[in-house]
Amino acid sequence: MHNTKCYHCGDSCDKSTIEFDDKTFCCVGCMTVYEILSTNDLTQFYELQSAAGTTPKSIEGKYDFLDNSDIIEKLTEFNDDTIQIINLYIPHIHCSSCIWILENLNKLNAHITNSQVDFPKKTIRITYHSNQISLKELVLLLARIGYEPYISLDDFENKKKDSDRSLIYKLGVAGFAFGNVMFLSFPEYFDLASSAASGGEYWLNEYQQIFRWLMFIFSLPVVFYAGWDYFVSAYKGLRAKLLNIDVPIALGILVLFLRSTIEIAFQLGSGFFDSLTGLVFFLLLGKFFQQRTYSFLSFERDYKSYFPIAITRINADGKEEAVPVQNVIKGDRILIRNEEMIPVDGSLVCGKARIDYSFVSGESEPVIKETGDLIFAGGKQLKGVIEMIALKSVSQSYLTQLWGNAVFKTDKVTSFQNLTDSIGKRFTISVLSIAFIATTFWLFYDASKALNVFTAVLIIACPCAIALASPFTLGNMLRIFGKKKFYLKNTQTIERLAKIDTAIFDKTGTITTAQQSTAFYEGMPLTAEEESILKNTIRASNHPLSRTLYDLLKEQNIITLDEYEEHVGKGLESVKNKISMKIGSADFVGNIKTDDLLDTSIYISSNNSYKGRYVFHNQYRDGLASVFKSMAETLNLAILSGDNEGEKERLENLLPKLTPLYFNQKPENKLEFIKSLQQQGKKVLMVGDGLNDAGALAQSDVGIAISENINVFSPACDAILDASKFKQLYTYIIASKKAIRIIKMSFILSLLYNCIGLFFAITGQLEPVIAAILMPLSSISIVIFTTITTNLIGRKLT
Amino acid sequence: MSVIYMLLIISLIVALIFFVAFIFSVRKGQYDDSYTPSVRMLFEDELVKDEPKKFIKPQKNPTK
Repeated sequence: MHNTKCYHCGDSCDKSTIEFDDKTFCCVGCMTVYEILSTNDLTQFYELQSAAGTTPKSIEGKYDFLDNSDIIEKLTEFNDDTIQIINLYIPHIHCSSCIWILENLNKLNAHITNSQVDFPKKTIRITYHSNQISLKELVLLLARIGYEPYISLDDFENKKKDSDRSLIYKLGVAGFAFGNVMFLSFPEYFDLASSAASGGEYWLNEYQQIFRWLMFIFSLPVVFYAGWDYFVSAYKGLRAKLLNIDVPIALGILVLFLRSTIEIAFQLGSGFFDSLTGLVFFLLLGKFFQQRTYSFLSFERDYKSYFPIAITRINADGKEEAVPVQNVIKGDRILIRNEEMIPVDGSLVCGKARIDYSFVSGESEPVIKETGDLIFAGGKQLKGVIEMIALKSVSQSYLTQLWGNAVFKTDKVTSFQNLTDSIGKRFTISVLSIAFIATTFWLFYDASKALNVFTAVLIIACPCAIALASPFTLGNMLRIFGKKKFYLKNTQTIERLAKIDTAIFDKTGTITTAQQSTAFYEGMPLTAEEESILKNTIRASNHPLSRTLYDLLKEQNIITLDEYEEHVGKGLESVKNKISMKIGSADFVGNIKTDDLLDTSIYISSNNSYKGRYVFHNQYRDGLASVFKSMAETLNLAILSGDNEGEKERLENLLPKLTPLYFNQKPENKLEFIKSLQQQGKKVLMVGDGLNDAGALAQSDVGIAISENINVFSPACDAILDASKFKQLYTYIIASKKAIRIIKMSFILSLLYNCIGLFFAITGQLEPVIAAILMPLSSISIVIFTTITTNLIGRKLT
Repeated sequence: MSVIYMLLIISLIVALIFFVAFIFSVRKGQYDDSYTPSVRMLFEDELVKDEPKKFIKPQKNPTK
C-alpha cells in the first residue's frame, strides 16, 4: 500500500489508511469532509480538481467568542434582525474547486442565501439568515469542510475598507474623451482648417466650430477630473521646494489646455485637444499598471493580524466567558486551548504548556513550561489546555511593545526620491530654460511668434514618455517577479533593491528550513535488533524530537515491545527480548559527560551502557553556500541570529570567509544594528522571517520576508520571497539593477523624441498634427521597448 | 446639411450610453475581482445528482 494518496487532500496515507466508499483517506477528518460533500451531492468538488481538499483541524471551543453580540456587530458588514453579511478571509482558497464548493454553501445549509468568493483576495462574502444560523455555526460549518476562516484582531478594528476605484473612473473618463476627441479631430487631420480660405470641403468648414467646441467640452473632465492629481502633486512638490516629474507634466497639461482654448476661441487653429486627452490617458494607464499588486498578500501586518479577537477568561465565579482581547487586564485568569495563541505575557498556573514560539523567534522547537513559569505573548500552545494569569495588558507585552518603535510609523515611500523624480528636476530646469531662450530669440526676430513658440516648447517637452518609462518597466518587473514567487509590495521596492550594498540575514527560519532537520549518529554502532527497538520505541512517543527522529530512521518492521514507559521531560524506556533501552536526555540515559551543551541531541543506552547519541542540526537551505558566495562579490554580508552559538562552526564552513556572525541578538539589537549601518551610509537589505525580525525589516531599506507558505504568517515587510526560491535571491537583485538600467535607456530614448519635437517647436512650426503623432508615438514606443526588454530579463530568471 | 447635427447627436448619445454603462459596472464592483468570474462561468448551473453507481455502471462499449 505504498504511495496511496488521500482522495480528499492528496497527502500520502501510508501511516494510516481509512477506506470508505471505495476511496482511501489519510484521516477521519478528510473522510468526514467527503461524507458531508457526497451526502449533499457536492462530489463535483473532486472532479474539478483532484485532491483539492484540506484536512479539517480540531477547533472545539475556538470560536466561542462568536456568540458575543458586540463582536458579531464589529465583524459583520451588514447586520439587522434577520440577515447578516460577513466577509471572511480563508487562506486555504487555492483552486477552482474551492470557489465551487464555497459558492455552493447554500446546498449544505439552506439558511445561507448567498456566498461569493473573491479569488485574488481569498475572501468570501456570505449572506445568511442570522436567526436560523448563527455566525458561529457558519464558521464551524466552513471549518468542518476544511475551509477554516482566519479571523484576527485586524479584522476587528478596520473591517470596512472600500477599495479605491477612483483611478479606474479616471482612466475610463480619459479613455472615453480621448477616443471621442480623436474622432472629432478627423476633419482637422485631413487638412481642412488650412483650406478654409481656398474653399475646401464646404460642409466640414461650415461646421468646424461645432467640432472644435465639442472637443473642448470633452477635454474639460479630462483636465479637471482625470488629470487633476497632477496639478495637486505639482503644487505640493513646489510648496515643498521640490521639482518632481509632475511639475512639467502639469505645466504641459495646463499650457495645452489654455493654448487650445484660446486658439479655438479666436479661430486661430484647431488646438491640441487630441494630444491633451491622449497624454492624460497614457499617463493614467501607466499609473494603473504600476498600482496593481498582490491583493491576497498583506505587507502591512503587525501583531494585530496574528492575534485572536477574543480569548476565554475565567471570571470570579469560575465560569468561562469570551472577552475581546483588548479588554484583558493584569490579573485576569485566561484559558488557552490547544492551538491557541497566547495573547499577553503572564504566568502559567495550571496545565502543562508546550509552546511553539516560531512566530516570534523563528525557532521551530517547542518549549516546555511548567506551572509557575513565565510565558510570553506570541507563543502558540500545542498540546492540551492551560490556564494563565495575565501580568500585563496586550499592548504592554514584550512582543507588542516592539510596535511602539518609531520605525513602524515612518513610511519608506516618502523618504525615498525615485529615479523619475530626480531626473524630473533636471528636466524641468532645462525645459524651462530652453523655453525662455527660444522666446527671447523670437521676441527680437519675430515678436508675433514668441508666445506661440513658448507654449509649443512646453507642450512638446511634456515628459509623457519619461513618466511612462518607470511605471511600465517596474510594473512589468513586479509581475515577472510575482510569477517567480518573489512578491514585492510596490514598484518602488525594485528601485531600492537595485541600490542595496549590504545584506543582513536572520538565521533560524531564514537560511535554515523550518520543517526538516538532519540528525547524525555519534558513538558505538547499534546492532540491527537495537535499531529496531529504537524505532519502535520512539514510534509511540509524541515528543517533537521523537517524531523528527522517527521520520529520519530507516524503515523497521513493527514489533510489540515487552515493556514501554515514557518519563515526561526525560525520555523513554523500553524492554524487548531482554534488551532494555533508554532513549532521552543525557542525565536520563546515564551520567555521561556532555561536552557540547549547545547541540540538541537524543542519547541512547542499551542495558545501561551508553551507546551513542543522535545530534540534530539545522538543515540549511539548498544552495545556501553558492548564494552567499556570489553575493559576497558585490555585497557586504552578515548574519544576525537570535540563537546561541551552537551552529557557529558549521555556518563558518558554509559561508564565505570573514562573514560577520552575531548571535544572541534580541529584536531591538537587530533594529539598532541596521540603523547603525544606515548611519554609515549603507543601503541595507534585511532578510528575515519571524516577528522578531519585524523591527529590522521595517528599519532596513528593503526588508524581505522568507516564507514557506506565503499565505500564512509573515511580518510587515517590503517583499515576500517563497522559501523555495531562496537560492535565486541574488539573481533577483541583479535583475532589479537591470530594470533600472532599462529605465535609464528609455529616458535617453524619450529625450531623443523630445529633441525632435523641440526642433519643430523652437523653429515655430509645431502643427497640431505633428504633436498628435509625436506624443502617442513616443509613449507607445517607450511602452513597447520597456515591455520587451523586461520580458527578456524575465526569461533569464528561474 | 443640418443632418450633421443629427449625426453628431446620435454618435454622442451612443458614446454616452457606453460611458454610463462603464460607470455603472465599476460602481457595481465588476472591476474589483477580475479573476473569479472567469472560473465561475465554467461551473455547471445545476448540481449533478449522484445516481446510485451500481446500477448505472457504464457498459463497455466496443466501438470506443
